[in-house]
Amino acid sequence: MAAYVIRRLWQMLPTMAGVVLLVFFLFNWVGGDPAYVLAGLFSSQEQIASIRKELGLDEPMWRQLLIFVKQVISFDFGTSWTTGEKVSQIFATRLPASLTVVAPLLVIETMIGVVIAIAVSWVRGSWIDRSVMIVCTTAMSISILVFIIVGQYLLAYRLNWFPVQGWGESFTTNLFVYAPLPILLGLMVSIAPNTRLFRSFILDEIDQDYVRTARAKGMNEARVMFIHVLRNALIPVITFVISNLPGLLLGAFLLERFFGIPGVGREIILAVERSDFPVIKAVTVYVALATMVFNLIGDLLYRLADPRIQLK
Amino acid sequence: MTPASYQGRSVWSLALERFLADRVAVISAAIVVMGLLTVLASALDLVASQWSQELAVGHAPPHWFAHDESSSDGQAKVRGATTRPIATAGTSNNAPTPCDVLDPIESEMRQVGGYSSSQAKLTPSAADVQDPIANELSLASKKLAQHRTIPMAERAPSAAWGADKWGRDVLDKTIKAAETSILVGLCAALIATVIGSLLGAFSGWYGGWVDDLSNWIYNVLNAIPSILLILAIAAVLDSKGVLSIVIILGVTGWTGVYRLVRGEYLKHRDRDYVRAAYAIGASPLRRMFIHVLPNVSHVILVQFSLLTVACIKAEVILSFLGFGVPVDGVSWGTMLTEAQNDLLLGIWWQLAAATLAMGLFVTALSLLTDALRDALDPKLTH
Repeated sequence: MAAYVIRRLWQMLPTMAGVVLLVFFLFNWVGGDPAYVLAGLFSSQEQIASIRKELGLDEPMWRQLLIFVKQVISFDFGTSWTTGEKVSQIFATRLPASLTVVAPLLVIETMIGVVIAIAVSWVRGSWIDRSVMIVCTTAMSISILVFIIVGQYLLAYRLNWFPVQGWGESFTTNLFVYAPLPILLGLMVSIAPNTRLFRSFILDEIDQDYVRTARAKGMNEARVMFIHVLRNALIPVITFVISNLPGLLLGAFLLERFFGIPGVGREIILAVERSDFPVIKAVTVYVALATMVFNLIGDLLYRLADPRIQLK
Repeated sequence: MTPASYQGRSVWSLALERFLADRVAVISAAIVVMGLLTVLASALDLVASQWSQELAVGHAPPHWFAHDESSSDGQAKVRGATTRPIATAGTSNNAPTPCDVLDPIESEMRQVGGYSSSQAKLTPSAADVQDPIANELSLASKKLAQHRTIPMAERAPSAAWGADKWGRDVLDKTIKAAETSILVGLCAALIATVIGSLLGAFSGWYGGWVDDLSNWIYNVLNAIPSILLILAIAAVLDSKGVLSIVIILGVTGWTGVYRLVRGEYLKHRDRDYVRAAYAIGASPLRRMFIHVLPNVSHVILVQFSLLTVACIKAEVILSFLGFGVPVDGVSWGTMLTEAQNDLLLGIWWQLAAATLAMGLFVTALSLLTDALRDALDPKLTH
């Protein structure tokens, strides 16, 4: 096991190097010179030159690459171009807000997804199964934007069940007043794809021989489902959830934008709108690293839960 | 002469038979084909060519919604319409523009040279400072000059599916938006499928350093979540129109196809029929693309279909955020942006039109993809 972990960590290095190169190529080469845009319309040549010098854009390409590599290794990406806030500070302050929405959402959506998937697999092949799958496909085809727009309008603006937007000071206010509607809408959007995915995991297990043996022994369907099938189907579910964690943090950016939640996703959108390269570069590198680490954790969990898997 | 029962049938004709036996699949295929024909008609300017014309009053309701009830005093009051012009180019407001307002940054502006003789115009003084949006501004003012504004009195009180804030027909906009979104989705998916298939084919067939290099690129692109990669590239390219979205989506979406095609080529590389082709002297390229490719094409087709759905959905989100189609174009995403503001005024027709159109087409396409995948899989019990 230790050899596997070390080998995986070692294999991460070329990928990280590739990510760093890609980000550098995108932002320092293709991205060109934002000095004009940052200086504004009425700037003089000296101002533009000084901005360039400040951002390090007047150095030759290879030196800029070295500077960037140093930044990546030391986890210090400088300050945001628009607000002057330190990039690491930005993440530290925005991460709790994102997690307040994403963590409950993840737990609840996994539980609900599994329950519905079990219910649908119980009656697999019937018209209920087919129509639920078609409803899921339809729900997945309607853009998440429509869910959020309509949900925000009906539930918050019209019925006043939740606040329309905003974020509070204390953790309990955030969790119980401001987070419920984003979490609810996130649930509505994620139920369909999760149900489809978990149903496929469960159906993979249901056709196995051990299930047939259990039924032949006289076990009732509920026991078969919940004790035998579920235990095996939960393995891919959990590894899927863990591996997708970084993506989920980002994916909540639409929820954060609509509801004014000061989270990581909203920062990314703002940075992209304002061409704030240090923030975008930092996020890309951090999230790539997090994705690889969480993939490794997911694979290790898979091995721990299922002894048949040989990690090579 | 072999009897009919022994005659072999091609994979595709068997798949077609399985496909046609599934009612849902046939209906979805019909809807998708109708959608594509509409897109073609719109691209050829046969329908919805006047979508940008402001034909109705702002927020005009649909015909069938407007005349449900006539108001008590007999005048056919149209529900939801704004009869005052919201934003008009050229028509004057009744109140005169105040010219005695205190300008808080006047002294700074004079220093920089911002004001020329007429106070309304702001031009950069330094000759060597480049205006980053000068091109776009001149293009926009040229287009504005060509645009014919229909005066308020001649505008229709209601439209086929209502009108947006400026009085543009929502039905025409929906059709044009369908054209934009679907074409972007199709082209991006096509580019991604071609890149992924080519890389997968060479990578799976040759192995060696080609495989290592492609795997490295694949791992790098996979490590970054696609939405972040798309946003990062959009930030760098700074939204230069529809072509840039197509390229962005195409260049970021090929990883799934690559993995599958590479796996298939690894499998087929050592099959007997390929060895037989080698024995009769077929070149590697010929073996790859004339012998193996037809046996892998069903995988590629299903992936292309899936990618189209994903690209359409991604384009809608990008357009909604403002990184997609330019201001003079329309997409389902931009319609949803406007719909959010309309909804606050109680205007629901733009949201309904965009949602229904997009939902119908993308659902049909998704169901079609599922049915294709099932029909092309001979091991699935039907």
